[in-house]
Amino acid sequence: MSQPFRLPSGGRIDRKRPLSVSFNGKRLEGFAGDTVASMLLASGQHLAGRSFKYHRPRGILSHGSDEPSALLSVDWRADRGPGYRDPNNRASVVEARDSLVVKTQNHWPSLETDIGAVNDLLSPVFVAGFYYKTFMWPRTFWDKVYEPVIRRAAGLGEAPEVKDADRYSNRHAHCDVLVVGAGPAGLAAALAASADGEKRVILADEGLEPGGALLNDVTSKIDGKPAMDWVAESVSTLDARENVVILPRTTAFGYYNHNHVCMVEKVSDHRADAPEGLARERLWQVRAGEVVLATGSHERPLVFENNDRPGIMLAESVRAFVNRWAVLPGNEIVVATSSASAYQTALDAKNAGARVSIVDIRLEADCGPELQTAKDAGITVRSGHTVIRALGKKRVSGLVVAPIDPDGAIGEKQTLACDCVAMSGGWTPSVHLFSQSRGKLRFDVELDAFVPGTSAQAERSAGACRGIYDLAAVIADGLAAGRSATGATDTAAGSTPQATASFTGFQPVRVLPTDADASKVKAFVDFQNDVTAKDIRLAVREGFESIEHVKRYTTTGMATDQGKTSNMNALGLVAGILDRPLPAVGTTTFRPPYTPVSFGALIGPARDELFDPVRKTPIDGWAEKNGAVFEPVALWRRAKYFPQAGEDMHGAVARETKAVRNAVGIFDASTLGKIEVVGPDAAEFMNRIYTNAWLKLKVGGCRYGLMLREDGFVYDDGVVARLAEDRFHVTTTTGGAPRVLRHMEDYLQTEWPDLDVFLTSITEQWAVIALQGPKARKVLEPFVSGIDLSEEAFPHMTVQSGFVCGVPCRLFRVSFTGELGFEVNVPADYGEAVWKALYEEGGKHGITAYGTEAMHVLRAEVGYVVVGQETDGTVTPDDLGLSGLVSKVKADFVGKRSLARPDMVAEGRRQLVGLLTKNPDEVIDEGAQVVDDPHRPIPMRMIGHVTSSYASSNCGRSIAMALIEGGRGRIGETVHVTTPGGFTEAVISKAAFYEVKGETADA
Amino acid sequence: MLEFNLARRAPTVAPIASDAGVKITPLGPQGRLALRIRPAALAGRNDLGGFDLSGPINSRREGGDGEASRDALHLGPDEWMLIVPADEVEERCEAVSAALSGAAFSLVDVSYRDVSFSVEGPGADAMINAGCPIDLSLKTFPVGSATRTLLGKAEIVLARLAADRFTVTTWRSFAPYVQGFLVEAAKDGV
Amino acid sequence: MLLIDCPYCGKRPEVEFHCGGEAHIARPETPAEIADADWGSFLYYRTNPKGVHAERWLHGHGCGRWFNALRDTVSDAFVATYEMGAPRPDVAPENAKA
Repeated sequence: MSQPFRLPSGGRIDRKRPLSVSFNGKRLEGFAGDTVASMLLASGQHLAGRSFKYHRPRGILSHGSDEPSALLSVDWRADRGPGYRDPNNRASVVEARDSLVVKTQNHWPSLETDIGAVNDLLSPVFVAGFYYKTFMWPRTFWDKVYEPVIRRAAGLGEAPEVKDADRYSNRHAHCDVLVVGAGPAGLAAALAASADGEKRVILADEGLEPGGALLNDVTSKIDGKPAMDWVAESVSTLDARENVVILPRTTAFGYYNHNHVCMVEKVSDHRADAPEGLARERLWQVRAGEVVLATGSHERPLVFENNDRPGIMLAESVRAFVNRWAVLPGNEIVVATSSASAYQTALDAKNAGARVSIVDIRLEADCGPELQTAKDAGITVRSGHTVIRALGKKRVSGLVVAPIDPDGAIGEKQTLACDCVAMSGGWTPSVHLFSQSRGKLRFDVELDAFVPGTSAQAERSAGACRGIYDLAAVIADGLAAGRSATGATDTAAGSTPQATASFTGFQPVRVLPTDADASKVKAFVDFQNDVTAKDIRLAVREGFESIEHVKRYTTTGMATDQGKTSNMNALGLVAGILDRPLPAVGTTTFRPPYTPVSFGALIGPARDELFDPVRKTPIDGWAEKNGAVFEPVALWRRAKYFPQAGEDMHGAVARETKAVRNAVGIFDASTLGKIEVVGPDAAEFMNRIYTNAWLKLKVGGCRYGLMLREDGFVYDDGVVARLAEDRFHVTTTTGGAPRVLRHMEDYLQTEWPDLDVFLTSITEQWAVIALQGPKARKVLEPFVSGIDLSEEAFPHMTVQSGFVCGVPCRLFRVSFTGELGFEVNVPADYGEAVWKALYEEGGKHGITAYGTEAMHVLRAEVGYVVVGQETDGTVTPDDLGLSGLVSKVKADFVGKRSLARPDMVAEGRRQLVGLLTKNPDEVIDEGAQVVDDPHRPIPMRMIGHVTSSYASSNCGRSIAMALIEGGRGRIGETVHVTTPGGFTEAVISKAAFYEVKGETADA
Repeated sequence: MLEFNLARRAPTVAPIASDAGVKITPLGPQGRLALRIRPAALAGRNDLGGFDLSGPINSRREGGDGEASRDALHLGPDEWMLIVPADEVEERCEAVSAALSGAAFSLVDVSYRDVSFSVEGPGADAMINAGCPIDLSLKTFPVGSATRTLLGKAEIVLARLAADRFTVTTWRSFAPYVQGFLVEAAKDGV
Repeated sequence: MLLIDCPYCGKRPEVEFHCGGEAHIARPETPAEIADADWGSFLYYRTNPKGVHAERWLHGHGCGRWFNALRDTVSDAFVATYEMGAPRPDVAPENAKA
């Protein structure tokens, strides 16, 4: 495609750097500085997509990020393989570069011939709220018919099917002043705010170069020079200041609490030479002392029949394409307007060689100096006219207009042939970020717009985003905002430049007057969501009067558009129908993001290996080499079992558990939480935190501790060793370590600040190797120095310090299997070496490495509970049969008072018992429900649930633990347990299944 | 007792090359003592066994006689991290305990719990800000600062040794994540 | 993300903190003497006001200290932060800048 509509000169494009992109398989030509939109228009292609609901042909409405219609699928790096395509890119902000592959969306089989366009004819079906009305019945059609059909027919682009191959980065930044928008107001604000050379200023702008609306302006002068010269000078001044960071291509999309503003920077999409590995986008999380919003304004479309035909554009956008991109969007342009600013479009387009006429809704008397200027330039102006409809389908071919008589009647119609319409219904300040900051909007009747009212954060708006449109005033406002953001009171500092007066002012119109049947015509209010004036009228007629309800019922202002072009027309229309003042109707909430943000940018580096820390123990490397299958436990990965060739989990666990009972097993317990509790009041503290008594525990002794929350429910448990009068080594569950430390610190700092006790996490200081089984002592003995391992010198539940393998260790005689057991704590760096030494020596005694699954089976065989498995935050010590661990003597401990509450001692609480299935080979599901009588009607009463369930090779059958109402009084009774297919029978038993032979641990 | 040869093994944090300007270097073994004591109990004893505890919260002070490092990181109102050469842990432990004799305090050896990295080069602060949400400008986090904070999803202790030189310390099982995060961030030089 | 003024560390980002619910609910000195209903109130009943709320925060990924804060639940503005044990400051609700 050549560029028949490219002007021979002008524009901010680099004609020395031609480029091409692929558009629906065709070659599209342009220059550096182009967007895909400007290239399409240069080639004469207006048709750029099909609409959301009716599949109507749509063109390019805008030149900026408010483009609702021209949404493209873009493959940014087709040359690098899959994973670089994303949908719904607005053509107007896709910077052109070589090797881009873009496609239009939402049509089949092609853009030109789209079968879905039949929806346009069926449109009586697709009225406001049609989802709620049409697809109600039958219910069975929902999943199989309606949803798939709706999903295919409606909607926008296709989601990528493969993983995003790009990198994304993240950056936290802080500044004294953040300026959002680098148009005249933003540049002025940044200049003023950074003038002292001290204040850290960040200036972010979504465009590829600073200038804002001045980029479209070839006529305004600032201090006698072209406006863009002032922009260039301002930018170079700012560039030279070390306290300023300028971020082009950076959209501030979310304004959160305490001046936390999130922005996304396009880093590499525009670079043909981007090195592989360069991030595609960077998320900036900025914390600003003060914020200046200089976000400009959005032009309003006019609402008339077929106002969505390709070739009908916003007037300022036509001016932008002519001046900035040197593209004439049409040869025969009708400017339809109720706003003075569009006259400049007419003048510039005429200068560029188009035939131009103006249709102005306003009466001559209501116009300003723009009218005479246009007339002087020889442009025909039809004042006091309305637009009845547009002609043409895939491209506008004419505009039917008519005068409005003084009594409001429509006069004689006239058809103006044209291939482009530049429309303007006035301006809407972009208050999205202000509104996100929780600032209160105020309706300004003069401006016919909501403008920032009361600020909720340290922020101020400047320029067009608060309804100031005259260039000199915009600059002055920016300077003042920049100064006020730095707290400067000297208003005289820096002179305010002089500037050409702008054409400002407009007459608000909602739907243009017409004599056509309003219930039949499609005049679009929201282009992206295909919402017409008719839909909004219907919604109001059906009783939706709140604007938030109208929004949801009709979908106007929703999705990625967030009401940029549509909001005021919709509000005004509703207010008009209800005959209420506009502020009484209110406005909808503007939600982040301001423009769509890729998931990649939000996720940043938090993917793949960096998604979450994977915590590995010092012995993890050995486990991996020895074929362990791992499971995640909190952030840790733990060896679950060690399968030998041909073994499944069941086989491996059977072998591992047998080995522990018959010889010796070795287990990596390093992940157990460990806290060193030190201080003169340490024992008193332990006494208050745990349910059992601690004052009399001898130095060198260990005790199993049970910890409750204040509400009396079991919180954590673990073995605690007293290393010295004033020093305890506390262990916690693996997952509970952080919260137990927090729980303890909480009580120390807030309830008992008088206690002299200090806590230090030592979880990772020590690697913990558990040796469990009748031969544990034999394996350990050769390596130990300084400790007598004999039963007499080192009984169960004691601790000694000494050396293992010459490494200092804390050696615990403890057991979580019922067998003779030791837990060897050695400094983490030596964990693997000590493990290997023990494992090699253990070979003589049949040592077997076992994982967490075997550990669970072994403890269940002897009836030990696991907090978080047998407990769920509603289980008391007595429920677990552990009331023996609850001191009756202590006056107080955390949770004691709650244990005496009526519900905690009521009859019929669920109690921990064993369950033995009648079929000894059947392993019931953990979490399965237990009932008395499965023949009762559903929903039947559930009397308990299964907490643990295993195949136990040591017991020669399956075993399970369950919490069952009054369970301890029902031993021997038969109950029914749910299975995926129904129920199975089980007998209630004691919650212990295996008798340890020989030297037992009796914990 | 058997004879054996023990390998001391830090977590898998071999240096990873990064072509960016910022170098991320795992530091070798260091002695680390977690000291907890109420400021009142210090009773003005600011020089403890060669450690200077006088710095404000979130500061790092160098002590000692100039030969051996005796860094004291003041991480909370009653919390210091004392850093010494790996072979001086016991000796320093005794010296500090002796200096605090009679006071209520806690001194715990956590030398093996933590792993440190040096992060050095132009823009090191911006790079750390890829995952650390605090303000690292020289004004708010000057040389001599040290604080516990976050890097991505890991808790770290961050100390600034020079404008472009930091140490990042984390629990050992978080070290591969922290290292990977820093290396990834280093690719994003701005 | 909130910016929270830790009494020990100054302003730090919310992700370093953990909120611990309503403040100034002292644990009774002698729980055994408390009636069931009163103990139930101590455990479970909270004020949940619209406006200024005194709440506990832990600077867990920082100095490790619990402290109290007055936060306006409407605007999320922190009116004051103060050390644990200090009385609730008598400040007028601030409704201007967050």
